[in-house]
Amino acid sequence: MIIKIENLNYIYNPNTPFEKKALDNVNLNIDKGDFIGLIGHTGSGKSTLVQHLNGLIKPTTGKIIVDGMDITSEDANLKEVRQKVGLVFQYPEHQLFEETIYKDIAFGPKNLELKEGEVRERVKKAMELVGLNFDDLKDRSPFELSGGQKRRVAIAGVLAMKPKVLVLDEPTAGLDPRGRDEILGRIQKLYEEEGITIILVSHSMEDIARLVNRIVVMHKGKIAGEGPTKEIFKQAEELEKIGLGIPQITSFMRKYKLEGNKVRDDILTVKEAKEELINYLRSRGNA
Amino acid sequence: MLKDITIGQYFPGDTFIHRLDPRIKILIIIMFIASLFFIVSFYPYILILGFILLTIRLSKVPIRYVLKGLKPLMFIISITFLINIFFTKGEVLFLLGPLTITKEGLSQGIFMALRLIFLITGTSLLTLTTSPISLTDGIEKLLSPLKRIGIPAHELAMMMTIALRFIPTLLEETDKIMKAQMARGADFESGNIINRAKNLVPLLVPLFINAFRRADELAIAMEARCYRGGEHRTRLNELKLKKQDILTVSIMAIFFGFIISTKYIEYI
Repeated sequence: MIIKIENLNYIYNPNTPFEKKALDNVNLNIDKGDFIGLIGHTGSGKSTLVQHLNGLIKPTTGKIIVDGMDITSEDANLKEVRQKVGLVFQYPEHQLFEETIYKDIAFGPKNLELKEGEVRERVKKAMELVGLNFDDLKDRSPFELSGGQKRRVAIAGVLAMKPKVLVLDEPTAGLDPRGRDEILGRIQKLYEEEGITIILVSHSMEDIARLVNRIVVMHKGKIAGEGPTKEIFKQAEELEKIGLGIPQITSFMRKYKLEGNKVRDDILTVKEAKEELINYLRSRGNA
Repeated sequence: MLKDITIGQYFPGDTFIHRLDPRIKILIIIMFIASLFFIVSFYPYILILGFILLTIRLSKVPIRYVLKGLKPLMFIISITFLINIFFTKGEVLFLLGPLTITKEGLSQGIFMALRLIFLITGTSLLTLTTSPISLTDGIEKLLSPLKRIGIPAHELAMMMTIALRFIPTLLEETDKIMKAQMARGADFESGNIINRAKNLVPLLVPLFINAFRRADELAIAMEARCYRGGEHRTRLNELKLKKQDILTVSIMAIFFGFIISTKYIEYI
């Protein structure tokens, strides 16, 4: 178990008229090698929760243990925590500041006080991981790039810290379909090849269905549900009640089944659906 | 750290003070400030204190909130206090090394510190009980007679509205960028002053870039909706003076008139 959250509570602006309970007794365990999808309506507490994971926010009450280290204790080494849990914020390209891409990505490793050679290795590796050519791009300004490329530079900046857990807050917001596919493809590869534990916050049920193996549903600061992807997406009515949905293709297959066709209703991707439909239609044709 | 900033912070409510016309409130504050500078003895301060306490009571703003506005200015208040204590000539009370404390200095120091404290609490009561939008509406209306002599009242008010509108946005943005850089191991809290200033670069560069981007977007959005200054603009909510507004401002005019007059009465 790499992250363990116990009875976590967080209140914004306590003792003012703007007081708001953002997290309400959250308990969650994340295993090493999990690919978690964190879903929830706007304001459900997702962002607050992920900011707790690397100590950017101190809980009002509760305990968080990351990789055997209690990060909520007074003497926790926050630098070490932030190295272990890499957090990519929404629109991460808004945090770029250096003159060259190399320098920007090197910001994290340099803060870890690594040697110059090690920093260079890490920058190179991180750029490879997000699909940016090191030799062509390292000396260019990050501000000359396209939106999707800028975002990849920003993600590389976090990957260069070599985190054990990578948290991505809506990494595809505002990107065109191609940019989105590229980013998601890179994330999947990271998960498969580097063995990083990933937490993906997203509003796109399609992206979630395609990538993750476990889903955590947040609602009004509480964990409303948790389980394997297929299990969670079976509860379409409950999800709709709290303003969420299921992937379009899952919804289609459910309706198709309701009309009397004997197909599975736990389909998550178009590819799966295609196979299922072909098999079904063939079997019906033969009968 | 950023949560302590209360400039222009509005404390929502629906009390008599909140409902007063913003123009009236601005006028009262101007009278309040003016009268503070006419006060020469301690007695009128009792009236001022009464006025402030009554306003706080009526507006239902927690006193803690009003006092919070003093915190960032505590330094200036203390400096004023100390300078007055040590550098006023008069009857010596006691010696403190090379410094002498005089009776006159002590009273002058307390007097000046009180003046600053009243000035700040009074004006912060205005912003605490008036939403930024009605505040700028009030300023625009009050300045509009000056349009004839070429003062762009509408533009000034619009600039103020936009500036006020973006304070929380920029604070939020600062917080977000700080966190994003902290997630990459940036340290904003330790080190000597030169290092600290250097560490601010990763925060300030993105903040400026984003501020310019926002300004650009806002200008385009305004032009797309045919904004072109104050000429012939009508308003959704016209400011209208009510009976209670006139009554309040009249009573306050007499009140502050009396306070100002105390300066002259003393010498008669």
